[in-house]
Amino acid sequence: MRKSTPVVLLSAAALTMSACAESERDSSGEGGGGSAGADSTFTFGAAGAPEVFDPFYASDGETFRVTRQMFEGLVEVKPGSAEIGPGLAESWEPSEDGKTWTFTLREGVKFTDGEEFNAEAVCANFERMADQNEAAQAGPAEYWSYSMEGFGDDSLYRSCEAKDPKTAVLTISRATSKFPAMLSLSAFAMQSPKALEEKNANDVKTQGEGFAYPENAQSPVGTGPYTLEKYDTANKTITLVRNEDYWGEKAKNAKIVFKIIPDESTRRQELEADSINGYDLPNPVDWKGLEDGGNAVEVRPAFNILYMGLNPEKNPKLKDLKVRQALSLAIDREGLVSSQLPEGAVAASQFMPDTVKGYNKDLQPTKQNVEEAKKLLKEAGAEGMELTFAYPSEVTRPYMPNPQKIHEALLTDLEEVGLKVEVVTKPWNGGYLDGVDNGQFDAWLLGWTGDYDSADNFIGTFFGNLKSNDFHTSVTDFGAELSKALKEADTTVDEAERTALYEELNKKIAEEYVPGLPISHSPPAIVVNEQVEGLVPSPLTAEEFSSVSVGGK
Amino acid sequence: MLRFIVRRLLQLVLVAFALSVLLFAWLKSLPGGTVSAMLGERATAESRAALTKALGLDQPVPVQYWSFLKRALQGDFGVSNGVQPGTPALQVFTERFPATIELSFFALLIAVCLALPLGYLAARRRGGILDNASIVGSLVGVAVPVFFLAFLLKYWFAIKLGVMPVSGRQSIDATRVTGFFVLDGILTREWDASLNALKHLVLPSIALASIPFAMIFRITRASVLDVLDEDYVRTAQSKGLSHRVIRGRHVMRNALLPVITAIGLQTGALLGGAVLTETVFNLPGIGSALADGFFRRDYPVLQVIILAAAAVYVIVNLVVDILYAVVDPRVRTR
Repeated sequence: MRKSTPVVLLSAAALTMSACAESERDSSGEGGGGSAGADSTFTFGAAGAPEVFDPFYASDGETFRVTRQMFEGLVEVKPGSAEIGPGLAESWEPSEDGKTWTFTLREGVKFTDGEEFNAEAVCANFERMADQNEAAQAGPAEYWSYSMEGFGDDSLYRSCEAKDPKTAVLTISRATSKFPAMLSLSAFAMQSPKALEEKNANDVKTQGEGFAYPENAQSPVGTGPYTLEKYDTANKTITLVRNEDYWGEKAKNAKIVFKIIPDESTRRQELEADSINGYDLPNPVDWKGLEDGGNAVEVRPAFNILYMGLNPEKNPKLKDLKVRQALSLAIDREGLVSSQLPEGAVAASQFMPDTVKGYNKDLQPTKQNVEEAKKLLKEAGAEGMELTFAYPSEVTRPYMPNPQKIHEALLTDLEEVGLKVEVVTKPWNGGYLDGVDNGQFDAWLLGWTGDYDSADNFIGTFFGNLKSNDFHTSVTDFGAELSKALKEADTTVDEAERTALYEELNKKIAEEYVPGLPISHSPPAIVVNEQVEGLVPSPLTAEEFSSVSVGGK
Repeated sequence: MLRFIVRRLLQLVLVAFALSVLLFAWLKSLPGGTVSAMLGERATAESRAALTKALGLDQPVPVQYWSFLKRALQGDFGVSNGVQPGTPALQVFTERFPATIELSFFALLIAVCLALPLGYLAARRRGGILDNASIVGSLVGVAVPVFFLAFLLKYWFAIKLGVMPVSGRQSIDATRVTGFFVLDGILTREWDASLNALKHLVLPSIALASIPFAMIFRITRASVLDVLDEDYVRTAQSKGLSHRVIRGRHVMRNALLPVITAIGLQTGALLGGAVLTETVFNLPGIGSALADGFFRRDYPVLQVIILAAAAVYVIVNLVVDILYAVVDPRVRTR
C-alpha cells in the first residue's frame, strides 16, 4: 500500500459526500405523485414479490394483485362486492342438470398480442389448464387442483366446445354451487392461445426445492387494461403500462408501478413520504394516524373468518359436545372484538361472513357465560381439563392482525372456566402450519379469507373432506353426516333450495356439532393518499386499479 | 507465495464442502419448511403429500444432499420458492449481490475514511479532547445496535426532515448494466440515476459504517500509539525528517498492518449488519434475502447465500494474508 492511500480514500469519501449533498437537492422528482392526466403513474407498495406472472400458476394475493390488472376471466367479481358479474362472457346459462354451461362471449375483444378473443380461445385456455404435467399438478396448478378437485377423471372439468365464435360450452362432471363463481378466480383468467403455445406455457419443472417456469410465466398475454412493461428484480419494482387498445373503458393512469416493500412500517413511511400512493393491509393501529395524515383508509367488508380449531383426535375429551359447547360459552367474543380487533370487526356466529349465500341470519354469536360453561364441563367430567392451545408467531393475517394478543384474550377466558391451558407458539412457516396439519395441537387459531361467494368455499373447505380436515371430524359422531350433507348441498342445482340447505347446515354446525369455534370477521383495509381517486375497495381484496386516477394536489 | 495461495484455495474448497453438509443438515432439522410455506392455509394432507413427493422431500436426507451436491457442482442450486419464486437461487444471489456490495463498500469507505485520520490524530494527541471524544464515539458505535441506528437515521433524515429517501435502491428509471446502480449511472452517463442511487445509500451506509468505524478507529489509534513509541520514529525525528515523511513512511506504514487485518475481518462481518440495515431500508441485497429466506423457508436461496458468504469470508481472509505479505516482507519468509 502506498503512503498516499489514506489521501486517496479521503478524496474519494469527500467526492462521495459532495455527490450525496448534490443529490439531496434533486429530491423533487421522487415518488409516485405525478400530475393528473394521461401520463400519471399510480405507485403502490406491495408486500411481496409476485410468484409468477402467469396467474394460472399462482395462488397468492401479491401475484394476483399484479396479474388482475392485466388479465380478465369469463366471469368477474362486481366492483365493490363479492357477487359475480359479466367479464369476458356477457352472460351464461346452465343446463337443467347444472352440468353444462353455455357462455355468450363479449365481441370485439383482443389479446394484447393482437390475437382475437373468441370461443376457440376459451377452449384453448381450459384445455391448457386441464392438461398439466405431474410437477404442475403437485404445486403450481394449486388453484385448479383445489377448485376443480383435481385432474383427469377426478376433475370437475369435463370438456369445452366452441359452438361458434361467440359461444363456448363448458361441461362439468356434476352440478356444484362453486360454478360459475370459481371462474372469477384470477388463476382462471384468459390468456392468448398463441402465446400459450409459443411460450410453452405448460412446461413447468421441479428444480431443487422449487419450480422452474417456462417463458410464458414471465410475459403472458391477456386482454386486460394494462400490460407488463418490466419487472426490475434488482430494484424490486414492477411496471405496468396502459393497454391502449383495451376493449372497455381505458385505464385512467398511464402506468402502475408496484414497489415491493415487505416491511409494513416501511410501507407506511413511504406513503407518508409521498413516494407511494397506497398500500394494502395497513396495521389497524395505524388507521387513525394515517387518516389524520390526510390519507383515505378504505375499510373493506369482511369476507373472512377467524376461528379456534379443535382436534378431538388429539384430545379425546373434545369429542364430547358438552365440552365443545363449554369452550364456546367460555369465550368472550364481543370483548375480544372491541379490545383487539379493528373497527368494523364483528363477532362470528358461524363459519362464514354474512355476505355469503347460505349465511343463517337467525344465529347469534354465542355470548360468554362462565357459569354455564363450568356446569357443562362438570357434567362432562372434564373440570380442569388440560388443553394445548397454539397461536402462530411472525405473521399477521387479514382475519388476525395480532395473533398473540388475540390468543392472550382467549387464554384468559379459557382459564377462567378452570381449564389448564398449555400455550404453544411456533412461527407461521416454522412449524405452525405443519403443526395444525399434523394434528399436533388440541386447539389453535386459524382463519380463512374466501376466494369467491360460495358457502362451499367456507364450510365445504373446512368440513367437507371427511378423510382429511384440520378439525379431524372423522373421529366424531357427526363428521360423516356433516360431510355428506355438505356434498348434497353443493350439488343442489336450485339456488333457493341450496341456500336453504346451507342455512340449515350452519345452524346445525353452530348448535349440534360445534366442530370448532367461529370467533370473528375482521375487515381488512387498503390505504391511499389524497391524490388518489376512484379506488373501489373489494371485500375479496381484488381491487381493479384501472379506475384509479392520480391527480395533482 | 504460489504454494501459499494454492494451499489457502484448497482450504476454501474444504471449508465450502464441510459447510454445505452442516448447512444442509441444519436446514433439514428446522421445523416447518418449504411445503407449508408454499401451500399456506390451503394445505390438505393430499396436497402436502403431492408437493413433498414432487420436490423430492420424501427422500432420506443423505439422498437429498447427494442430489443437491451433484446439481450444485454444475452450478444449479435449485429455484427460489419464496424470496423470488421461479428464479434460480444462484440468479437471486447474483442479482442481489451488487446491492450488498455497494452498501458494504460505501459503509467501509465511510468507516475507513473517518477512522484512519481520526485514529492517527487521536493517538498523536493522546488524552486530548479529540482523543476522548473519538473514544466515546467509537464506544457508542460498538454499543448501539446497527438496526437501532438505522431506525434513528431513517426517522430523522427520511421521515422528520424528508431530505433522504425512506427506502429502496433507486426511485427513477435507469438503464442496468452491471447491477451496481451507482456504477451503472456513470457507465451510461445517466448522472441522475447515479446520484439517485447514491442518495439511497447514504443513510444505510452510515448506519452500517458504525461498527467497522469503531473497530478500525480503536485499532488504528492503538497501533499508531505503539509505533510512535518505537525507536525508529524517534531516530527519524532526530534526523530532522519532515513531519509528513515521518507520518507517511514510518508511522502509518508500520501502523497499518493490524489495521488491514481489522478491515479485512470487518468486511466479512459487514454481512451481519447488512441483514438488518437492508431490512430496515428495504434494500434488495443478499442481507434482506437472507432474512426473507428464513421467514419463507426458501432453502435454495439460503444455501446459496450462506455458502457464498462463507466463500467471501475465506477469500477476504486470503486477500488480507496476501496483502500482509506484500506490506511486510517478513511474512513471506516465515
